[in-house]
Amino acid sequence: MKAVNWIRERGVMIFAILVVIYTLLPIAVIIAFSFNDPAGKFNFTWQGFTTQYWGDAFAISDLNKAMLTSLELAAAATIIATILGTMIALALVRYQFRGRRMANLLIVIPMTSPEVVIGAALLSMFVYFQVSTGFITLLIAHIMFSISFVVVVVRSRLIGFDRRLEEAARDLGADASTTFRTVTLPLIAPGLISAALLAFALSLDDFVISNFNSGTTVTFPLYIFGAAQRGIPVQVNVFATMLFMLTVVAMVVTVLQQRRAEKLASVRPDQEDGTTPGLPASAPATATS
Amino acid sequence: MEEQVSEVSTDTVPSVALRGVTKRFGDFVAVDDLDLDIGQGEFFTLLGPSGCGKTTTLRMIAGFEEPNEGEVRIDGTDVAGLPAHRRPTNTVFQSYALFPHLSVKDNVAYGLKRKGVAKGEVDRRVQEELERVGLWGEANRRPNQLSGGQQQRVALARAVVNLPKVLLLDEPLGALDLKLRKSLQVELKRIQQEIGITFVYVTHDQEEALTMSDRIAVMNRGIVEQVAPPVEIYERPTTTFVAGFIGVSNLMPGTVRSLHGEKAEVELEAGITVEADSNGLATGERCHAVVRPEKLYVSTAGNGSAPAGNTQSVDGVVASSVYLGTATQLVVELKGDARMTVLCPNTDEAERQSLPGGGADVQLSWTPEHIHLVRESGTERATADHEAIGRARQEEASA
Repeated sequence: MKAVNWIRERGVMIFAILVVIYTLLPIAVIIAFSFNDPAGKFNFTWQGFTTQYWGDAFAISDLNKAMLTSLELAAAATIIATILGTMIALALVRYQFRGRRMANLLIVIPMTSPEVVIGAALLSMFVYFQVSTGFITLLIAHIMFSISFVVVVVRSRLIGFDRRLEEAARDLGADASTTFRTVTLPLIAPGLISAALLAFALSLDDFVISNFNSGTTVTFPLYIFGAAQRGIPVQVNVFATMLFMLTVVAMVVTVLQQRRAEKLASVRPDQEDGTTPGLPASAPATATS
Repeated sequence: MEEQVSEVSTDTVPSVALRGVTKRFGDFVAVDDLDLDIGQGEFFTLLGPSGCGKTTTLRMIAGFEEPNEGEVRIDGTDVAGLPAHRRPTNTVFQSYALFPHLSVKDNVAYGLKRKGVAKGEVDRRVQEELERVGLWGEANRRPNQLSGGQQQRVALARAVVNLPKVLLLDEPLGALDLKLRKSLQVELKRIQQEIGITFVYVTHDQEEALTMSDRIAVMNRGIVEQVAPPVEIYERPTTTFVAGFIGVSNLMPGTVRSLHGEKAEVELEAGITVEADSNGLATGERCHAVVRPEKLYVSTAGNGSAPAGNTQSVDGVVASSVYLGTATQLVVELKGDARMTVLCPNTDEAERQSLPGGGADVQLSWTPEHIHLVRESGTERATADHEAIGRARQEEASA
């Protein structure tokens, strides 16, 4: 009876701990095995503790090259996708044009289609147009699938944006570009940062689409997949642990940004005047919010 | 229309002049052929229910909307096509629209920086302005750390610091509670007199308009019903809409029977004939006679006689009597469906107790100078207005 009560009182807590273990255990294994000292080619059984592979982290040149390629690719894809995605989001929220609703719908398709379909489709397109696959085709593919995520994140930020702040800036003597630089951009920046982090993570992580369109270029995920056949070097675990730590830092940054964003959003007044039918541009925004 | 030319103006060129200004949104005519002259340094109020076009008018002066027809002149210069950021106007928004990512100081400095004013002068003027509104101590805080009233003052400082030729205020006190609103009304008026720039003030609150304005334009469905100083708007409304929107509408319907010079003889449906200033009415025209509630005197057979000057009177039946503290409010029904509200000041307890109750036959009397004839604002329009006023009052109550 006592034991039943004990479980009943702590049921949710126990369940939560189990879920956390379930989700974090694989990562813990990766981290642990970056300190393993494997006997053969395969790093699958625990042999003993060593920091040797952290010291020789950059000893495998193919792995370094793959990691570098991935970082370059992710950086380029993130910058381009964030700029383009932000512009698309601005157009979708701020302007009325033919096909706006359709564009709103189509923009999420890359998010929802199976990666294997997108990857195969991109490859057949590149082949049809006789574009040889390599870094450039990877870049095009990565920009393509991250753009939708950027649009969705930035769009939600813009929908909650108080247009009167921009009117106030104009009223105080700021032209359109100054208004964007001094008011719009600082206020949507938290959304842009979240979007960029998301795009970066998606690009760094992508295997399926990259596998179709990489040609002879090898990214980090592609290297790991290839290495898995012949035996994965411990350095892969070291790199994975580094990436994991990088992700944690990025997540903390994002959370802090979001907090800041919420603080900013809390001053947004909710009164509606009703006597200003002159602001139809914001109508679709308020309708969807 | 001649009387609309500013009487308060100290300069021959009006600060703001609107000529035949019309603004349409699709089929909806927000502002209809508007003519207005606003004098230099004048505190001018656009008053009306929501949807009457007052905010649209303000936005056309600010440059956020372009009129479909007509022209807007600021200090004699036509500002057509001039975008908001190049007009010599600044706006205090209803929602304040303070920049949440900037400190109070940087909010106030924003306009000066855009003009390229030297940093030393920016700092000096920002401090001066924040001291004027009593918020220099909060200069480094963020707008969301301030109360509503403080945010309102920052919004005012942010606009005034640029020394615009015209300051536009769009229901700036609408979101504040009554007590704060009262104190800020006084402060706004003080600041306006101190800096002497033209204020164009938009509100749906008649009391606010009467308290602060040099002149009021009462707007309704895109047109101006009357432009006059507060006393005249209240004491001598010219249309039923103005009479009803400002204060309690005590309207007695009737028809003009004859004209004698400036005077008109009007037969009221309540069964009497009165003479009053004709107010431009023609013989045979339908009109209403207005007497403000505090100008009416109630007498019954047993309750003494009316004051000597009250030479006009009408019979009616008391429908209700409500104690309001400083006064007792009676509603008296007249013949022909008119309902008159009477305010009897509670100066004497015995007198108050002798007031007639519900159902009593009474006589209402007044001095001839307190009765005014007003033009009908149009029946179709009148019903729509009541709805609009109802909305405005509801908004006010919920604010």
